[in-house]
Amino acid sequence: MMDWTALGVSLWLGVGTVLLLLPLAIWLGRRLAFSQFAGRGFVEAAVALPLVLPPTVLGFYLLSAFGMGSWLGAGFQALFGRTLAFSFEGLLLASAIANVPFAVQPIQNGFSAIPANLREAAATMGMTPWQIFRRIELPLAWPGIATATVLSFAHTLGEFGVVLMVGGAIPGETRTAAIAIYDRVQAFDDRAAGIMSAVLLVVCLVSLLLVQRLSKRVGRAGPRV
Amino acid sequence: MSDHGLSLRLQSASPIALDLEMSCAPGELIAIVGPSGAGKSTTLRAIAGLYQPQQGLVRCAGQTWLDTSTRLALPAHLRRVGLVFQDYALFPHMTALGNLLAAMGHVPSKERVPRALKLLERVHLSGLEERRPAELSGGQQQRVAVARALARDPAVLLLDEPFSAVDRATRRRLQAELATLRQSLAIPMVLVTHDLDEAVALADRMVLMHRGRGLQTAAPAEMLLRPASAEVARLLDLRNVFTGTVISHAADRTLLRWQDQVLEAAPAPGFAIGQLVDWLIGAGGILLHRRGRPSLGERENPVTGCVLALLPLGEEIRVQLDIGDTAGGTLSFTLPRHVVQRNGLQLGEECTVSLLRDSLHVMGRP
Repeated sequence: MMDWTALGVSLWLGVGTVLLLLPLAIWLGRRLAFSQFAGRGFVEAAVALPLVLPPTVLGFYLLSAFGMGSWLGAGFQALFGRTLAFSFEGLLLASAIANVPFAVQPIQNGFSAIPANLREAAATMGMTPWQIFRRIELPLAWPGIATATVLSFAHTLGEFGVVLMVGGAIPGETRTAAIAIYDRVQAFDDRAAGIMSAVLLVVCLVSLLLVQRLSKRVGRAGPRV
Repeated sequence: MSDHGLSLRLQSASPIALDLEMSCAPGELIAIVGPSGAGKSTTLRAIAGLYQPQQGLVRCAGQTWLDTSTRLALPAHLRRVGLVFQDYALFPHMTALGNLLAAMGHVPSKERVPRALKLLERVHLSGLEERRPAELSGGQQQRVAVARALARDPAVLLLDEPFSAVDRATRRRLQAELATLRQSLAIPMVLVTHDLDEAVALADRMVLMHRGRGLQTAAPAEMLLRPASAEVARLLDLRNVFTGTVISHAADRTLLRWQDQVLEAAPAPGFAIGQLVDWLIGAGGILLHRRGRPSLGERENPVTGCVLALLPLGEEIRVQLDIGDTAGGTLSFTLPRHVVQRNGLQLGEECTVSLLRDSLHVMGRP
């Protein structure tokens, strides 16, 4: 039968990943687009790393970092009284890290596409750097930001390797729809696996269409004044 | 220097060489001219606060915007400048009205829209307020850019090649509009252009820049008649520069030796007897002698040469004479087509002209 709990975990994970990642990706993407700084090449390579690293390798390192032996894992345990590994919070953090390239790169491209003289014009018109960011850069980089949102969300729904390594498959906590499908197939329950796959397919498609539409509307017609 | 106008002194060795001093009074329009890469736009950017020279002083309307000696450098958004960019830099996601409103942060919010509408009316854009830049023609975009620069209530108006991106007919119209508009503006205006005709038509004074250096500042007509050096003359596309020696000075003339001939020049008492100088004969100062009939002013600096080239330029013909200058200089001037025909000027023929003394200008050599 359909595992609604697993689907709920997946959706929450997707939304949480986007919310956690977006502010960071906007800050980093903008910096990479506009400023020259030492170690820029290294940062760009690090951002792209999750794209080429096998999910199991990434998962392994994250699992080590979340364990009781690390300051992160120990700190979380001290604060909340439970382990970061095999928890929803740990999964969220892992998912955010695995999605860095999907969020940062489109946003960096979005900011890069803004002609430098538009920002200069805004400055000569008396706008402060913050006003320039809010009124000129954000609206013009919006297509990139929307793409980053869609990609991170969709990629989170489909993530398997990292989730399995870091989260295991604890029902209601870390068992996502993708993992539930794998479990069903392992149990020769093809019917349940088929239903869940179809549901996930529809959810992914609908969310993609939804955000795509949204990005088009804001990007093209935007606020008029 | 006037306290209400703009005054600046810029000096930089790298990355862009700059060495310029200029001032501009309220209501005055100064054109910075010079070839590409002369540092014209960089100068504007330094005034606006978009470029920081190694050393410099920029003062405007009694306020110091840049003083490297006291490490003062006001950021761009705190300088009251109206800058019209070469490609206008309009915000594509805002309407024409929105572009203006974005520059009016200093105006009480209730007054913004009426004032912006008034400005758009002033640049003949009424009815197009709600259009986005992409929905406007090049000329209309330029007008939005000018109105937006004024919407800031600037203390100085800076125009960076504002007519270069439109076709010829539109350019003429926009230039005429600017000439009208400037009459109502009581602020210094600085126009950067590589088009000398544009500078002559619009500017009160002209600053000629080359390789970051200000070579001469003068009224356009004055600079064309009396360039400071042969280099200035060359940059202004003035031909007919030769080299001679000062022989003597009188109250109304200076005598020069050029080749084996003595020439009378406009008085140039600043040069020592025997000094090697460059001299220029202005375009209006070359008079053709008619064949077989004495002409007016015939005895004034007669120079005989051989017709080297006849280049038709529409209704005029550019005549190039080989006048035996040992440095290889030739004399060129334009004549109406019918004058060339009537006088039977042909390649290889001999021809005599007079160089009018008042147009013969003496310049120092570096």
